[in-house]
Amino acid sequence: MSKRRKRTKKRYDGRKPNELRPLKIESGVLPNADGSAYIEMGRNKVLVGVFGPREMHPKRFSKPDMATLRCRYRMAPFSVDPRRSPAPSRRDNEISMVMRYALEPAVFLDRYPRSAIDVYAEILEADGGTRTACINAATVALVDAGIPMRDLVASCAAGKMDDQLILDLGDYEDKEGQADVPVAYMPKLDKITLLQMDGILPMDEFEECVNLAIEGCNQIYEMQKEALKKKYGIADEQEEE
Amino acid sequence: MSATFENRSLVVPGDVLYEGRIRTGDNTFRTQGKVYATRIGLVNYNRNMVSVIALEAGFNPLSGDLVIGDVIDIELGKWIVDIDADTPANLNLPDAIDAPYRSNIVMPEILDVGDTVVAKIVDMDRRRTPILSILGRGLGKVTEGFTVRLTPSKIPRLIGKKGSMVNMILKETGCNIVIGQNGRILIHGQNREQEVIAISVIEKIEREAHISGLTNRVQEYLRNLKVEKDE
Repeated sequence: MSKRRKRTKKRYDGRKPNELRPLKIESGVLPNADGSAYIEMGRNKVLVGVFGPREMHPKRFSKPDMATLRCRYRMAPFSVDPRRSPAPSRRDNEISMVMRYALEPAVFLDRYPRSAIDVYAEILEADGGTRTACINAATVALVDAGIPMRDLVASCAAGKMDDQLILDLGDYEDKEGQADVPVAYMPKLDKITLLQMDGILPMDEFEECVNLAIEGCNQIYEMQKEALKKKYGIADEQEEE
Repeated sequence: MSATFENRSLVVPGDVLYEGRIRTGDNTFRTQGKVYATRIGLVNYNRNMVSVIALEAGFNPLSGDLVIGDVIDIELGKWIVDIDADTPANLNLPDAIDAPYRSNIVMPEILDVGDTVVAKIVDMDRRRTPILSILGRGLGKVTEGFTVRLTPSKIPRLIGKKGSMVNMILKETGCNIVIGQNGRILIHGQNREQEVIAISVIEKIEREAHISGLTNRVQEYLRNLKVEKDE
């Protein structure tokens, strides 16, 4: 294992094995949503709007003791090449569910019985790891909506390509690589809320991958905090002028 | 046994506010002996309590709150009113006309769908649905003016200490302003200019509610606007 670590090839886009793609997060971008966020994770561009807590429709699906978190993952037809059908696919439905499972542990759903919290994630441009980008942006949007949260959820993938463990896979690495492990993580509570794996990894490499992804999550967490605080920081600067 | 932030610093959910024994106030929770924030806001350490003044939060209806809402539906003997809470509120007919329900009352003649009302939350029912009343001074159907919105958690800043902020805005603009605890504000001025000033002040409070010395700054802002107008 130590041999593999020493032999660090540069990746196809020139990154180091444990380097994230350039990340940009902005909160409160949509005036008509209760909370919103925009994220650029490499060439991924995702816009997330959060509505609620609001009355649940249809009412029969509401839960008497807690709110329902509803997530929708949608890829714009122009987000990938070639054009993609705008109809929700099996993959879209699955990622919507995965997003919900990743976010649910962080939200105090029991504070709002019988109501719904809606999270709409729109992929404007896709470049591998859209589910992690969606989770990162959705967390920021939920905080921006003033929904009580236990912690922020940061999400990042790690994987293996050319026998080298790498962080934050892009589209090419995702498709050509040997394995892909997306992880969502609550840094302050030290809890994993999403763990998936595509491909095959030996047990020791899998554990290394998860730890690598958590390292990435911690970096993303700092960016999320910064993005949330920036919205209020700007007003501070105006004040000084 | 210590505070981890300075008083009134900006915190986000998951930030550890305190380690050790202390009472937990608004927008905080405790696990594993630590106190965490649940909303973005300003942390407030008291002698024996830690709390967060939320910068973003929805409206949490409590009985006694004055609210401004829209009638969205009419049912038998009650109106359904949207007050921006997690559930819509009920306005029962006896709480609107001070008389028991009779089948010959035509409800849309009293309040129709789309009407705006200033109402008071008098109670919560057993499912915590707010019960409204429009009996009382200053309550009832809105016939003039328009509403603007402010984040509900910033309403206390708009009112100020003992109403200092809102009284100043009333005096300086000459507008008639009704503040709903749910973040809707009813403005009615004698002319459009007054109303534009009132809106710009509310927008300023929305942006700068978290910075101290707000009342003085708004006062200065109002004076500057007036000087500009005179010139």
